[in-house]
Amino acid sequence: MKNQASVMNRDLITKALQQSFVKLNPLLMMKNPVMFVVEVGLLISVLLIFVPGAFGDSISAGFNIAVSIILLLTILFANFAEALAEGRGKAQADSLKKTKKEITARKLEGERIVEVPSTSLRKGDLVVVHQGEMIPGDGEVVKGLASVDESAITGESAPVIKEAGGDFSSVTGGTMVISDEITVRITSDPGESFMDRMISLVEGAERQKTPNEIALNTVLISLTIIFLIVVVTLPFMAQYLGIHIPIPVLISLLVCLIPTTIGGLLSAIGIAGMDRVTRFNVLAMSGKAVEASGDINTIILDKTGTITYGNRMASEFVPTDGHTAEEVGHWAAVSSAQDETPEGRSVLELMKKQGWMIDQELPYGAEVVEFRAETRMSGLNLKDGRKVRKGAVDAVKNWVIEQGGHVPASLQASSDRIATAGGTPLAVAVDDVIYGLIYLKDTVKAGMRERFEQMRSMGIKTIMCTGDNPLTAATIAREAGVDDYIAESTPEDKIAVIRREQAQGKLVAMTGDGTNDAPALAQADVGIAMNSGTVAAKEAANMIDLDSDPSKIIEVVAIGKQLLMTRGSLTTFSIANDIAKYFAIIPAMFMVAIPQMQVLNVMNLHSPTSAIMSALIFNAIIIPILIPLAMKGVAYRPMSSTRLLRRNLFIYGLGGVIVPFIGIKLIDMLIQVMI
Amino acid sequence: MSMFAYIGVALTLLIALLLARPMGAYISRAFDYTPGKLDRFFGPLEKIIYKLGGIRQNNQTWKQYLVALLVSNTVIVLIVYVIFRLQDKLPLNPAGIAAMSPDLAFNTAISFLTNTNLQHYSGESGLSLFSQMSAIIFMMFISPATGIAASIAFMRGLAGKPMGNFFVDLVRAITRILLPLCVVAALIFISQGVPQTLHTSVTATTLEGTQQQIGMGPIGSFLAIKEMGNNGGGFFGANSAHPFENPDAISNLLQMLLMLLVPISLPFTYGRIVGNPKQGRILFVSMAIMFLIMLSSSLYAEHQGNPLINQLGLQQSAGSMEGKEVRFGIEESSLYSVVTTASETGAVNTMHDTLTPIGGMIALSNMMLNTVFGGSGVGMMNVLMYAIISVFLSGLMVGRTPEFLGRKVEGKEMKLIAVTLLIQPLLILAPTTIALMVFPNTISNPGYHGLTQALYEFTSSAANNGSGFEGLGDNTVFWNLSTGIVMMLARFFSMVTLLAVAGSMLAKTPVPESSGTLRTDQALFGSVFIVVVVVVGALTFFPALVLGPIAEQLTLK
Repeated sequence: MKNQASVMNRDLITKALQQSFVKLNPLLMMKNPVMFVVEVGLLISVLLIFVPGAFGDSISAGFNIAVSIILLLTILFANFAEALAEGRGKAQADSLKKTKKEITARKLEGERIVEVPSTSLRKGDLVVVHQGEMIPGDGEVVKGLASVDESAITGESAPVIKEAGGDFSSVTGGTMVISDEITVRITSDPGESFMDRMISLVEGAERQKTPNEIALNTVLISLTIIFLIVVVTLPFMAQYLGIHIPIPVLISLLVCLIPTTIGGLLSAIGIAGMDRVTRFNVLAMSGKAVEASGDINTIILDKTGTITYGNRMASEFVPTDGHTAEEVGHWAAVSSAQDETPEGRSVLELMKKQGWMIDQELPYGAEVVEFRAETRMSGLNLKDGRKVRKGAVDAVKNWVIEQGGHVPASLQASSDRIATAGGTPLAVAVDDVIYGLIYLKDTVKAGMRERFEQMRSMGIKTIMCTGDNPLTAATIAREAGVDDYIAESTPEDKIAVIRREQAQGKLVAMTGDGTNDAPALAQADVGIAMNSGTVAAKEAANMIDLDSDPSKIIEVVAIGKQLLMTRGSLTTFSIANDIAKYFAIIPAMFMVAIPQMQVLNVMNLHSPTSAIMSALIFNAIIIPILIPLAMKGVAYRPMSSTRLLRRNLFIYGLGGVIVPFIGIKLIDMLIQVMI
Repeated sequence: MSMFAYIGVALTLLIALLLARPMGAYISRAFDYTPGKLDRFFGPLEKIIYKLGGIRQNNQTWKQYLVALLVSNTVIVLIVYVIFRLQDKLPLNPAGIAAMSPDLAFNTAISFLTNTNLQHYSGESGLSLFSQMSAIIFMMFISPATGIAASIAFMRGLAGKPMGNFFVDLVRAITRILLPLCVVAALIFISQGVPQTLHTSVTATTLEGTQQQIGMGPIGSFLAIKEMGNNGGGFFGANSAHPFENPDAISNLLQMLLMLLVPISLPFTYGRIVGNPKQGRILFVSMAIMFLIMLSSSLYAEHQGNPLINQLGLQQSAGSMEGKEVRFGIEESSLYSVVTTASETGAVNTMHDTLTPIGGMIALSNMMLNTVFGGSGVGMMNVLMYAIISVFLSGLMVGRTPEFLGRKVEGKEMKLIAVTLLIQPLLILAPTTIALMVFPNTISNPGYHGLTQALYEFTSSAANNGSGFEGLGDNTVFWNLSTGIVMMLARFFSMVTLLAVAGSMLAKTPVPESSGTLRTDQALFGSVFIVVVVVVGALTFFPALVLGPIAEQLTLK
């Protein structure tokens, strides 16, 4: 789904333009009270074009027409922003729908196979899927093993292995089996499948206003009503002084004052926030979950696969008495020459890093001894008769003794030292001589330390969960720089930690994929399930990561924060704009009756009419100007709240005061040139 | 002369500054329910009161607290209304003053109940001694005590503590704060020559040899609670411009200190109640900055004098002295006008009607913002409401659901605050418009100044300030009823909504503070707070101010 819809997609824009007009329907408009007020203003000013004296006014028709056009544009711009955000979701949904065509499923009835349409499948039905066929619905593999192409959902072209039992048994409807055959038990009824849910999510059909959006909306409505009171009472006060203010001028003042900028962009910001998560290949089940991720205080991360590579990598060669590290490395490399496991490859990499060479001739034509559970060793039988082995320390020790060799005194001490430091020792031997140990270590992913550093500065605590013993856990925790860890953890431990943190009022996020993670995923405030995980895990979570990359949770938090920041910053900007608008419109209103009001015309705008027009035009065009910002979200780098606030206040608060002064003045000058 | 006067101004502010923190600490101790030293002193008296009133000293929910507050206030206002209506038949009426008309009694009763003290009567001719000493003084204690109690409960709720018991808080506000200090203050006033007598007048022989009756009464005791309780209602129509109500520089100084004392101390009380003195300090500093800006603008405007008089070539080296007491001059008058409107007291030692347009606008702005300290208790509640609004905006800007004192500010609280925010512009602008349109002949000036008069009257009512711009024929059915309704709604609407906010915040699980949390005890937050208060206030009232004082100033040429 990556990069399917760019902002400047022409098709998208055309559709959004159409939608902007459809959304003019007052019934739809009512949902956005701020813009609804603008629409009522528009209706009145249109009425005044045709019935100029409707309210006893005598203002030029040209002014009325100009005001009407700008008001219409203001509403259209706001509608366009919303439609554009929705459109991007729809485009994704459309491409998903294409994969959801009706197919024929081969249903298992007793021993018989019956061909039925996929839409007739119900929960519990068994279907057989061959190589080259599409899986007809969500389900669990109950028999067989197959590689499945899930690119329709994840965009990832490399196939994944699905097999019966365990954590890799769940399959998604619409994905393709590309080898072997599996029997699948269907787990969803038509219309409730993962794909269906995904479509309705990205389409925004289920979009509800999030709690924070509701709270902000209340404030905006309150401001709108306040300005309504101000503008409705103003002409009467003026009348007491013998000053008449025409209706279109009042409408202009009202529209300029009410927070149309944020009012017009608010829903677009929300939709775009969800969309950013989706673009990131994470499916959020609700906007609320995205918002909550901005508030996360604690993140619980699995060690393996998230913090570390999960594979043990060679990090050091430890010689026994009388040998050198280079010798150990040399024989270790020889034994690993045909070893395609990550461990084997890491030995060769470590050699390269040390700058040591191996004799390429030695392994040539050698007999490969595969690793077996009974022997717990692997290696080569060289052509010259020498036998090279690497493996578990005990196993290699016994093998050497069998051949009449002796075990060096320092071996046990070295091996213990590695084990207590959280590593795994592998012994390397040639015939009856043990050369030394390979120090295998679980390696922390590059850049994780910096990320945990950032999280700390954002006030987020990280807890690492691992099945390792406390020593190993402590070592990795220290290396990665997480705040806390739980060693030898069970799924129950995770729930206990989540509950403990939540009891302190904290919001907790976690990732998981197994069925036994499901309760913890459900308990967490933000639970992200891996798409490769089980159905149970996916159902318990409120987000699903299609790429199955557990470390993405960190980006999700950033997106949540960005969403809230964008809302706050644009609200501040919108309100700050009003100061300049007052200085444009208020003197313009009264300048004819009270010439001294010129003092307040600080921008030195040309005429009352041009001043009002400039403010109104500025108010309209600022919406499309800010659409890209609303879509992208304001720039966010992890830093302390005080620095963030200072920065955003400077840009959007102070900027919000200054920009309209410049903008209105420029528009006023432009109007002079054009007339 | 001017130098000396400025020293007087600085001295007043310095003493106030020194008093604020210890007084704030004292108030927080006075309302602390855990037994302490103060109980040993005040406990016995309070126990008798609780016993007489049948008060159970249990903690109340916000709803129970609110009901107790509203019901007791209602009963009190009814009693007082009856006293005003029957004062001609009640004792202690040596001057033979007639009963109040229903609308004036309605207005006066509400006016004193709401801590406004907007007086549409003149003390000398409108009230009997009995009314002054029972009804008026009674309410002058009850209303600030109610305000202080409500604000303490509000702070407790925000701090996550039980809301307390309204009756206990009400009693403590009187026994521990208002009464002891008023006794001391009254004695000082009397020592300065303020009359304290049951004789209603003294006869003086003027230089021409004619006899003059000068009104008197138990003014010393009245004066202390008038200022200390942010009431502001004058014993005399001339209020504190009258020599018997403000005889000299010391009494003038003491009055300003009393007006400021509770409002400037409450931020420190708040800091102690929430357990972080910095929280209170930053709000105090923010308000003090606004106060100083207001004061210097007023001083500047009054010193400029009236341009029209300047054009006539008349000497105005002392500034605009029109309507000011020669005894006090520009500095003490400006300071008093800023103090009385900032603290929502409403006492005056100069006629605000004759302040320069900008000086008048400063007084108006203080009341419109209602957060430059504000009245007893209610001012602090208003300030905290604006602090929550500031938190809401700036909290979003740091990318979190806004939190205030460790509790999330969500839809429910913002709804309550949003309607509270609406009520003030509605109560000021709507009735002003009606007055200008329907009753223009009750306004003594045409044009900009007339508009300001009407605007001032409703602003003063809505801020529960009570100072008058005067010049209104305000003892009419319209003005009595309209300002009465405005005062009542302004006072109680926000108490209801804000106590509900506290109740709702109290029910939430606190969120622990982290480096991602918005700090509300830092200078940065203080500046956000000031900007939010000023921008919201300015955006709401700028057009009205432009048509009133600003237009008047601009056309004074």
